[in-house]
Amino acid sequence: MVLGNYKTALSARSTDADILKCSQDGGVVTQLFAYALEEGIIDGAIVAGPGDEPFKPEPVVAMSKEELLAARGTRYTISPNMKLIKEATRSYGLDKVGIVGTPCQMQALRKAQLYPMGMRSVPDKIALAIGIFCMENFPYQGLETIVEDHCNVKMESAVKMDIGKGKFTVYTERGAVSQIPLKETHKYEQPGCHVCLDYVANLSDISTGSVGSPDGWSTVFVRTKKGDDIWSKAITAGCFETKDIASVKPGLDLVTKLATGKIDKNKKTLEERATFGVGKGLRNPYI
Amino acid sequence: MGLLSRLKEIFTGSQQASEKKPEAVADIKRPVTASKPAKKPEDVKVEQKQDGKNKEDKPVVNKITVGHVHMSGCTGCLVSLADNYAGLFKILDDYADLVYCLTLADVRHIPEMDVALVEGSVCLQDECSVREIKETREKAKVVVALGGCAAYGNITRFCRGGQWNQPQQESFVPIGDLIDVDLYLPSCPPGAEAIRNVCVMAYLLLQGNDDQKALAAAYLKPLMDLAKRGTEACGCDLMVDVINQGLCMGCGTCAASCPVRAITIEYGRPNINRDMCIKCGACYAQCPRSFFNFDVMNQFEGITEAIDGAMGKGGQ
Ligand SMILES: Cc1cc2nc3c(=O)[nH]c(=O)nc-3n(C[C@H](O)[C@H](O)[C@H](O)COP(=O)(O)OP(=O)(O)OC[C@H]3O[C@@H](n4cnc5c(N)ncnc54)[C@H](O)[C@@H]3O)c2cc1C
Ligand code: SF4
Ligand code: SF4
Ligand code: SF4
Repeated sequence: MVLGNYKTALSARSTDADILKCSQDGGVVTQLFAYALEEGIIDGAIVAGPGDEPFKPEPVVAMSKEELLAARGTRYTISPNMKLIKEATRSYGLDKVGIVGTPCQMQALRKAQLYPMGMRSVPDKIALAIGIFCMENFPYQGLETIVEDHCNVKMESAVKMDIGKGKFTVYTERGAVSQIPLKETHKYEQPGCHVCLDYVANLSDISTGSVGSPDGWSTVFVRTKKGDDIWSKAITAGCFETKDIASVKPGLDLVTKLATGKIDKNKKTLEERATFGVGKGLRNPYI
Repeated sequence: MGLLSRLKEIFTGSQQASEKKPEAVADIKRPVTASKPAKKPEDVKVEQKQDGKNKEDKPVVNKITVGHVHMSGCTGCLVSLADNYAGLFKILDDYADLVYCLTLADVRHIPEMDVALVEGSVCLQDECSVREIKETREKAKVVVALGGCAAYGNITRFCRGGQWNQPQQESFVPIGDLIDVDLYLPSCPPGAEAIRNVCVMAYLLLQGNDDQKALAAAYLKPLMDLAKRGTEACGCDLMVDVINQGLCMGCGTCAASCPVRAITIEYGRPNINRDMCIKCGACYAQCPRSFFNFDVMNQFEGITEAIDGAMGKGGQ
């Protein structure tokens, strides 16, 4: 199942104008954490906070709405959110931890819960794990090359970046938009992404991304009991406007198509790795 | 096991401990087969509650036998097992009898047992340890290297002898250098919850129904593979077997798992302070790109509920 287990799929966006202003898509991640924080469902959330270089995120444990707002928006480079998972419970003393992450980080999280060898205190304290869809990611220097060399935009003057409809787009503070086809960015992807077999964060409680829904809206999969419980409470509390996923264009068909494409391609990579050398191969983490 | 029952009284009060009726181990996809729960200790327990006797006095059917074998380690692994608090008692009440444990059970010689949890490395200059590790292999069906020292030598790798009061003891090897080991549980110490999960899975493997056996086997397999991988570990494993293999994606898990904070993430990749590394093996074992078994991970919700159920916690 390329889209993983889910109870509900829908299109949604936050009803909070502040959140929507700088969110990547429908502000689903920030809105959910803000709601959960307010209701005491979580004590804090690990998010990709601002770093010391433009668009270079630094994981933080956000414990206020301000900190959540400061972490809005996608940075198309690595934010090692899992590095704080034990800190959050041990140093910050949180009992109910929220975390957002790419599909691979959700995998890491579930492994940390099922095989918590070096993860004392973590397994029982994960209250809300939000996954974001992910096709690929770039090392920071890769992102810099794409933005500065290919898009001809200084990292400092970029305000938003987006991947969609086959293009990598950079928006600048002066309103200029620079776009390049994705085929030019492929070579800067981090190699670890090429063995990745998950597009829509199958192992999260709730996962979300832009693909499938109209601009400014997010596609949402509600996956686990925990996720379902929090999602329905958030809906009751009026946190989101929603649309039936069957009624929006391009809808789940495109999500399925992209997920299948990613998984097939990366399965092929894994096969090629098996016979990469002469009578020798590269390691396969899945066996 | 006098000490153990006393400990239990201190922590939970003997009344309280027998109050809760143990639930059957929740099943992952299907309910537990009909025969299983009937045979489980719960019937015995209900009777015990009525006669008000200490449940330790009654033999309980279907439990597995577990021993803790102490080689050269700091007892941190045992403390981690004990850190399951009420969970430890639950395990000992319903799933496993502790038949050997120098700290908690008054048994002098290594007995026959289903699972031996071995803590610590073996000192080659200590005849008794060498004899006992071999004896452990002969007497235990499953030998688990519990923690970094047993699995990889860990801090004992750095020994060079000269310490009071056995200065001649200087050579410490992971147990896998002397005997075949079935399963590794790395880290220093392994998380309490990891030991708990392995105990529950070992129980299911030896006493569960077919589905449970299959799940437990799938769960334990990567830890068995770790045991086959070798007796050396280091933060360098992340470089050699993850980054150099083109598999790292910068999740940061390794940094979180390191007990001595030897790992930082710099520009999306782990940077290992190799002088700080104590060679516990946690980082590599915890990395989602060392092993990742979809057949188990995809059931994370059910497995978590099952373990909670087995521990008598909510969720089930
Ligand atoms: C590398 C990457 C690739 C992606 N690829 C796709 C794709 O192919 N298709 C698709 O539909 N969606 C993709 N997304 C997801 C999409 O860009 C949005 O992040 C998602 O829709 C959430 O938007 P939002 O408005 O709900 O979140 P917001 O309210 O804007 O919040 C976003 C949250 O994500 C966190 N975050 C930002 N960057 C990172 C990062 N690098 N790592 C971890 N967490 C981060 C932020 O801290 C914030 O909490 C990708 C995201 C990333 C980071
Ligand atoms: S493609 Fe996969 S490995 Fe790469 S960042 Fe996205 S989820 Fe992680
Ligand atoms: S845990 Fe593994 S994949 Fe994640 S950052 Fe460390 S080495 Fe890379
Ligand atoms: S780097 Fe840390 S986690 Fe890895 S083996 Fe060394 S001490 Fe253990």
